[in-house]
Amino acid sequence: MFRSLRPLAFAAVFGLSSAFALPAAAELNLLNASYDVARDFYKDYNPLFQKYWKAKSSETIEIRQSHGGSSKQVRAVADGLEADVVTMNQSPDVDFLAEKGLVARDYTKKFPNNASPYTSTMVFIVRKGNPRAIRDWSDLGRDGVQVILPHPKTSGNGRYSYLAAWGYALRQPGGNDKTAQEFVSRVLKNAPLFATGGRDATTTFMQRRIGDVLVSFECEAELIAREFGRGEFEVVYPAQSILAEFPVAVVERVVDKKGTRREAQAYLDYLWSKEGQENAAQNYLRPRDAEVLKKYSAQFPAIKTFTVDEVFGGWSKAFPAHFRDGGSFDQIYQQK
Amino acid sequence: MPAAASRSVLPGFRIGLGYTLFYLSLIVLLPLSALVFKSAQLSAEQFWAIATGERALASLRVTFGASLIAALINAFFGLLTAWVLVRYSFPGKRFVDALVDLPFALPTAVAGITLATLYAGNGWIGQYLEPLGFKVAYTPVGIVVALTFISLPFVVRTLQPVIEDIEPEIEEAAATLGATRWQTFQRVLLPAIVPALLTGFTLAFSRAIGEYGSVIFIAGNMPFISEITPLLIVAKLEQYDIVGATALAVVMLLISFVLLLAVNALQWRLANRHSATGGRE
Repeated sequence: MFRSLRPLAFAAVFGLSSAFALPAAAELNLLNASYDVARDFYKDYNPLFQKYWKAKSSETIEIRQSHGGSSKQVRAVADGLEADVVTMNQSPDVDFLAEKGLVARDYTKKFPNNASPYTSTMVFIVRKGNPRAIRDWSDLGRDGVQVILPHPKTSGNGRYSYLAAWGYALRQPGGNDKTAQEFVSRVLKNAPLFATGGRDATTTFMQRRIGDVLVSFECEAELIAREFGRGEFEVVYPAQSILAEFPVAVVERVVDKKGTRREAQAYLDYLWSKEGQENAAQNYLRPRDAEVLKKYSAQFPAIKTFTVDEVFGGWSKAFPAHFRDGGSFDQIYQQK
Repeated sequence: MPAAASRSVLPGFRIGLGYTLFYLSLIVLLPLSALVFKSAQLSAEQFWAIATGERALASLRVTFGASLIAALINAFFGLLTAWVLVRYSFPGKRFVDALVDLPFALPTAVAGITLATLYAGNGWIGQYLEPLGFKVAYTPVGIVVALTFISLPFVVRTLQPVIEDIEPEIEEAAATLGATRWQTFQRVLLPAIVPALLTGFTLAFSRAIGEYGSVIFIAGNMPFISEITPLLIVAKLEQYDIVGATALAVVMLLISFVLLLAVNALQWRLANRHSATGGRE
């Protein structure tokens, strides 16, 4: 019961951090507006960058973090939260800022790898011993299997899970949008509930012991192990899954105003350095750097992945087709 | 009140009213009109389509239905609690009295997570209910549980001062005139309590309608079954459909306003009847 309070402590902390992050101080500082679960990553990353930047430019730089649900963060930035950089978990959020003219329209070209310094993928978390013998996406559509995932309408995690299942069905022999929708609707029928977010889904599965399989980010599995112990569950890698990208961008309007362009650029560039990539790997995010990935290959089993761009023609198409009002998700429930 | 139009005995009427109107405009009307203004970007047809979409209607039924049930439960048990807290003395009374306020103070998300943990199939309470076929967490029943929890203090705190004001002599007088205990309660006490009970009920009801934080953790959030309207609003915000979200909010606001107005009208009538038949002096 007390464990369940942890997300709230987090919530309180990010609430405070965003409140205190507002006033622009005289000394050199950067504000990084980020999504919820990136907290650990940037807690480790910021000191690395500060040390590097001190050595390189002899500037002492203060870095503030603001964490929250990614679309809430983005709305805050659009409404005037003076974040120098945004580090998000889904490109629709950064696209929104691009539309508003706060970040460059071609922000994905400003950094390597589609401006995503690390990636993750959707995997299955099952009960110890895998009693329901869940091996691949097709098992999630089987009768009587209970699937736990967050609400695809309110959570990025839920959207990746949804698109991963859709993409799997689409890439089967004879797969098309119709068969994919049928498959996804079978999977959703197996969902006894929709959690509000990734963490809530984890709590539901691990603590309340509801469901046979939890669909979540690979990096979440490690957090579950730290929280609930390694003997409680197993991670199952499907034959193929979606590649989750985590776009970063400089908020042009803010760095121009604050005069922090050089620092903001360096802060994001450094994510691709060996140190930055190692930090990603240590936080169970797949590094882009081939050498670092190889070094940590034990924790990142090879898995065939497809990107949103490849299968869905980009988020700008996938989002309205599936998650806007009247999209495929709504259609599935409208049919019932 | 009608005398206020001519000349009030009390000084400071104009400045008092002026400040009241200014304050209400700033705190209540301004944000609400911004909301309505934003939703006015939609044409009437678009607005109507959002308001009467199947999913929106289903969520409105869930929201208002669960809130109504929760407020009714609290009207009964809140009255009982208030009565016990005022009329009886027992060890630990102050402690119990303080407990009533907890739902006010507790962050609603904490309440939601705690309730979900308790009522889930392996929770302290859920493990006994589920074998009997009662599923609470992740069903509409869970929504009612969460709303009952958060809205309890409104009924109790509204009723307490009113019950305190009823002097024991009135009951004694009723008894000496030959009324049974039930008659005393029904004919003497209840009429004095009902207006406050209605107020408490209304407050609890309106609080429940707007609730989001605690509900989403226990509701299960299945479309058409356990999706509340505030969740749909958040879903729209996630799509950056801010205008659509405000449209839904305006619909909720309108329904709530009509309901509150109706309850208030009922209350005025009751209060008038009560004073006309000489309930007090």
